[in-house]
Amino acid sequence: MAKSEEVKAKDNAARPPSFWRRFGMQFGIWGVGIGIWLIFVFTASEAFTSKDIYLAFASSTPIFALMAIPLTLIVITGEIDLSFPSVMALATASFTKIYSGTGNIWLGLAMALFVGTMCGYFNGWLVTYFAIPSLVITIGTGFLFRGIELAWMNGSGVGLTDKELASVANVLVGRSFFGIANQFWWTVLATIVLWFTLNRTKFGAHVFLTGDNKISAQLMGVNVNKVKRRTFAIMGFFAALAGLVASFEVSYFWPTLGDGLLMNSIASVFLGGTSVFGGIGTVTGTFVGAFIIGAINAGIVASGINAFYTQVFFGLVIIISVIMQAVISKRIKR
Amino acid sequence: MAGQAPVIQLKNVSKTFGEVRSLSGVDLEIYPGEIVGLLGDNGAGKSTLVKIIMGFHKPDEGGEIWFKGEKITEWSVEKARDLGIETIYQERALCELQPIWRNMFMGREIKNKYGKLDVAKMKSEASRLMSEHMGFTSTAVHPDNSVLTMSGGEKQGVAITRALYFDAELVILDEPTVGLSLSETKKTLDFIQSIKKSGRSAIFIDHNIFHIYPAVDRMVVLDRGKVVGNYKKSEITIDELIESMYRVARTGSIKE
Ligand SMILES: Nc1ncnc2c1ncn2[C@@H]1O[C@H](COP(=O)(O)OP(=O)(O)OP(=O)(O)O)[C@@H](O)[C@H]1O
Ligand SMILES: [Mg+2]
Repeated sequence: MAKSEEVKAKDNAARPPSFWRRFGMQFGIWGVGIGIWLIFVFTASEAFTSKDIYLAFASSTPIFALMAIPLTLIVITGEIDLSFPSVMALATASFTKIYSGTGNIWLGLAMALFVGTMCGYFNGWLVTYFAIPSLVITIGTGFLFRGIELAWMNGSGVGLTDKELASVANVLVGRSFFGIANQFWWTVLATIVLWFTLNRTKFGAHVFLTGDNKISAQLMGVNVNKVKRRTFAIMGFFAALAGLVASFEVSYFWPTLGDGLLMNSIASVFLGGTSVFGGIGTVTGTFVGAFIIGAINAGIVASGINAFYTQVFFGLVIIISVIMQAVISKRIKR
Repeated sequence: MAGQAPVIQLKNVSKTFGEVRSLSGVDLEIYPGEIVGLLGDNGAGKSTLVKIIMGFHKPDEGGEIWFKGEKITEWSVEKARDLGIETIYQERALCELQPIWRNMFMGREIKNKYGKLDVAKMKSEASRLMSEHMGFTSTAVHPDNSVLTMSGGEKQGVAITRALYFDAELVILDEPTVGLSLSETKKTLDFIQSIKKSGRSAIFIDHNIFHIYPAVDRMVVLDRGKVVGNYKKSEITIDELIESMYRVARTGSIKE
């Protein structure tokens, strides 16, 4: 069987795409990651050869990685979400309100995930029903969700130090296996689940088709609007999860939760090789991209470089990775 | 054929895009085992008609679509394909960044009973179809290759092969031979004959009357959104058909 196939392939001269064309982008990402890591190992060898810094990564990076991974799906469909930091906050605010009101932790958690999912779905609905560019409408909803949250919380935070919360906190953000933060494992799990969703379900197949050519997809019976609404809903769900993780990690819900995470998440997606033009992307790339961004964050501080340079570094990383995509896609088109 | 309900029937179908009226009051029926040629000038509304049959466009108020004797209320591309209608669109409807296998199965992905996609099967089927039916010999037809770099004819081959795979009861071919080599054109025409032999139906759109006439049982002529002619092949010779096509183009009326 295998043999006859080989012969056939030779007859037809049907060759698979070259190794570089298929995996070039993935290697590029890993290359950038290893390169940056080496730079830090040499410039800040003391910090980068001790395991503490890696444990620190494992606890801080997941907070935006958990959102970068679902954001990958939205970007593949050709859309973007800029409102998820606010969704994080609004969803977590719902948890604190329900918990303080009813004393029921599970109801609170369920409510947070529900509110997050609904906020995401609302974004998706606006984008698809009114055919508004998501880049614009999610700026609007971002302000809206943030405004509702701040008004609801009256601008003040809530401590999450109740004894009753200890077991949930332990599951979400405790330490296990060599002291690695649980949120790291949650992030790994999210990557696996969303990898499966994207690559082994009909919905995932439709995510690619929607972002590649919307009209073609529709002509072949893909409900592109439904696909988009679902990706936004998934985003909302994970934003809520990230909000809970971030708040339990510091045992406090800050009403400004989410500030500063937008760029980290978006940078992770693009650095991870997901195309700005839609139709192409991987969640594993985003996972690696997120940890590269995390390393840059930590490395700059550890190398004693002025922290203001972090932004310079991020800016360059985003610009270079997006230019690389444009060059590669031009190459493929010849 | 009489007595059997048409596979698809349009009753009084009109379609307006804003100010443009592409179809007005079209009645059309396609019977089982029948190959119907659809003729008409550029912009006559042929492709629009196809997209209405597929559920991509909704007909204006008052138009009805009937499938095997039943009036359809909720029509969509997904439903049309589930019921066994496949189309090779004029614009090919490919997602060019995606590999061939994803294009081949777009909208109708193969999955197991738990809903998990069977990627290995889709790839092997895609590669089998490409070599068996289209006989492609180029290096570009490996199922993992993206459609983007394929030649125009090869891209069309993907669209044609895709329609072939699902054993549709009604196959609609919207200008399938444009840009194809002689041998590929012949294969496409053979494909239409194989549809007929297996007792299924087809709608065949082509600007070349010499492709249409030998392939079909009946011809419907569309002009500026209206059906202006409907001939069984036994009723008209190819010369008369050409003559009347010119007349339509000149005067907008099929009769002398
Ligand atoms: N989505 C649309 N929006 C607006 N107008 C449209 C749309 N689709 C088609 N039309 C118009 O409807 C008319 C018929 O177009 P259609 O594509 O059905 O013609 P056709 O008979 O297939 O022509 P051709 O032989 O050139 O393919 C044209 O005038 C076209 O401009
Ligand atoms: Mg047309």
